[in-house]
Amino acid sequence: MSDRQIVLKIADLTLRFGSFTALDAVNLTVSAGERVALLGHNGAGKSTLFKTVLGFLKPDGGTLTVAGARPGSDHARGAVSYLPEQVAFPKALTGTEIITHFARLKGVAPSRSIGLLETVGIADAADRAIGTYSKGMRQRLGLAQALIGKPALLLLDEPTSGLDPLSRGEFYAIIDRVAAEGTAVLLSSHSLTEVESRTDRVAILARGQLKADGALADLARAARLPIRIRVEAEPGRADAVRDRIGGDRINGRSVLLNCLAEEKIGLLARVAALGKDVTDVDITLPGLDDVYRHYSGIDLATHAMGDAS
Amino acid sequence: MSGAIRIATVATTEFRLAVRNRWVLLATLTLTGFALALAFLGSGPSGELKVDPLTLTAASLSTLSVYLVPLIALLVSYDSLAGELERGTLSLVLATPIRRTELLIAKFLGHLAVLALAIVVGYGIAALAVIERHGLGAHAAGLVVWFRLMATCLLLGAVFVGLGMAVSASCRQTGTAAALSVGLWLLLVVLYDLALLGAIIVDRGGLFTKTIFPFLVLANPGDAFRLFNLAQMDAGTPIAGLDGLAHSLPLPIGAALAVLVAWLGAALSAAVALARKITP
Ligand SMILES: Nc1ncnc2c1ncn2[C@@H]1O[C@H](COP(=O)(O)OP(=O)(O)OP(=O)(O)O)[C@@H](O)[C@H]1O
Ligand SMILES: [Mg+2]
Repeated sequence: MSDRQIVLKIADLTLRFGSFTALDAVNLTVSAGERVALLGHNGAGKSTLFKTVLGFLKPDGGTLTVAGARPGSDHARGAVSYLPEQVAFPKALTGTEIITHFARLKGVAPSRSIGLLETVGIADAADRAIGTYSKGMRQRLGLAQALIGKPALLLLDEPTSGLDPLSRGEFYAIIDRVAAEGTAVLLSSHSLTEVESRTDRVAILARGQLKADGALADLARAARLPIRIRVEAEPGRADAVRDRIGGDRINGRSVLLNCLAEEKIGLLARVAALGKDVTDVDITLPGLDDVYRHYSGIDLATHAMGDAS
Repeated sequence: MSGAIRIATVATTEFRLAVRNRWVLLATLTLTGFALALAFLGSGPSGELKVDPLTLTAASLSTLSVYLVPLIALLVSYDSLAGELERGTLSLVLATPIRRTELLIAKFLGHLAVLALAIVVGYGIAALAVIERHGLGAHAAGLVVWFRLMATCLLLGAVFVGLGMAVSASCRQTGTAAALSVGLWLLLVVLYDLALLGAIIVDRGGLFTKTIFPFLVLANPGDAFRLFNLAQMDAGTPIAGLDGLAHSLPLPIGAALAVLVAWLGAALSAAVALARKITP
């Protein structure tokens, strides 16, 4: 990956709204052909990061280059394509008209871009007013618009919100193809589960700080998240079981233990040695949500209070 | 070159949207309706006055235009930036290579085209109706008056399209932009003249009336438009109120035209400056 050309380079980017720090010394690079998912809770700063990359917001610190140029410069604008999280195209225009409009603004021949409606699967509705489109169709039109002119960098802010699972699959298939042709893709999402195996790298943003950046499998391993083992004991034997293997007794019959991956076999051997006192063992491996929670440093209790910082 | 393509693209889309959203139809019908009504009422029984019927209608139409044209111009333009900001399309557009100045010029041209169509069709039909009824006769000069009226109407409209876009660039919500536009219309078109009339009555022909007053009238775009048109009509055209100034202006009448052009320049500059500050 390192021999690939870096398209987006963000170094120590800090951005404030008044006294509130929305982005705090963020470092991130995206290379040509790479698919990077930007994850974060509501208000983490994902959209703010996109707007800074587009040159709409001026950084208070750090440096940022898009295809080697300053964000918002002619060269950078020519290289980047954007799909905002909320966009409502004029209802009275048709899909074809929107694509033609944006192709001309980007200096691309409309005839070379109309086929994108086919790519995203709304060619049938191309000449219908957008007012008659479903939510998913409008989202697809937004994607088609973003694909005009083979951009060097594709910025997609929550592109799959509002898409059904099948459409999400199609969406990521298109992203795969575009990335294979050399486009650097940075997309934001709320869920690790969704981007698993669909992106090369995930970056986790929490309260404006970049908490993790790497391949998902590496992040999961490095997190050293505990495996949960639940041991069911014979009636009346739960206390005895706990005394032998440790952990917490949670109701009359069960004992709950946490252990690291390398401790798992040893612990299971000790459980097996308990013989008849144990009736069942249940093992839960850490899930992607746990990995996400670990890196964003947010447990469910505080997250429920929202981003009212 | 690519800048020209971008401007043409946005202007065309803007005009197309105005057609689809029925703005073009509404503006044209309104102007046609009022102009025709004046053509039949205002050109009255001919022969009594020495003025030709076309000039006579143009006089009353210029007074009506001061109210209607700015209103239509503001209605067409108040949504242009605030609306796109609200719908999220502005960030899409500004992510493309288009410059904000280009975007503004393009939208301005698109809105102006709507207005131009409405004025040419509406006032054109009215002129034909007058000629049909009274004939052109020896008064071909009326045609010049009429063309001058249409051209300056467009200039007046351009001023208010520019003002509407400045208002739109200063608001993040279309609701606010709409309210501000109505306020601006009331202030410049209605309240300004009322205030001046009030001041004259209080002053009773004193220093104010003789010195500052003509300049204050001329400084208002609507009044400048009306004075410019009325001052160049035959002396026999009946005029009243503030328009009495038309024949006693302390400045050459070209000043009125200069005032309109200055307003247009100021409105567009303000719109560009405000649009530069928008964070989409
Ligand atoms: N113009 C602004 N003025 C003040 N604060 C802002 C502004 N824009 C964003 N913020 C704040 O910056 C923080 C980050 O916002 P941002 O929109 O980037 O979050 P996000 O990660 O995109 O969230 P979501 O997942 O909900 O879209 C939030 O706390 C938000 O309130
Ligand atoms: Mg967001």
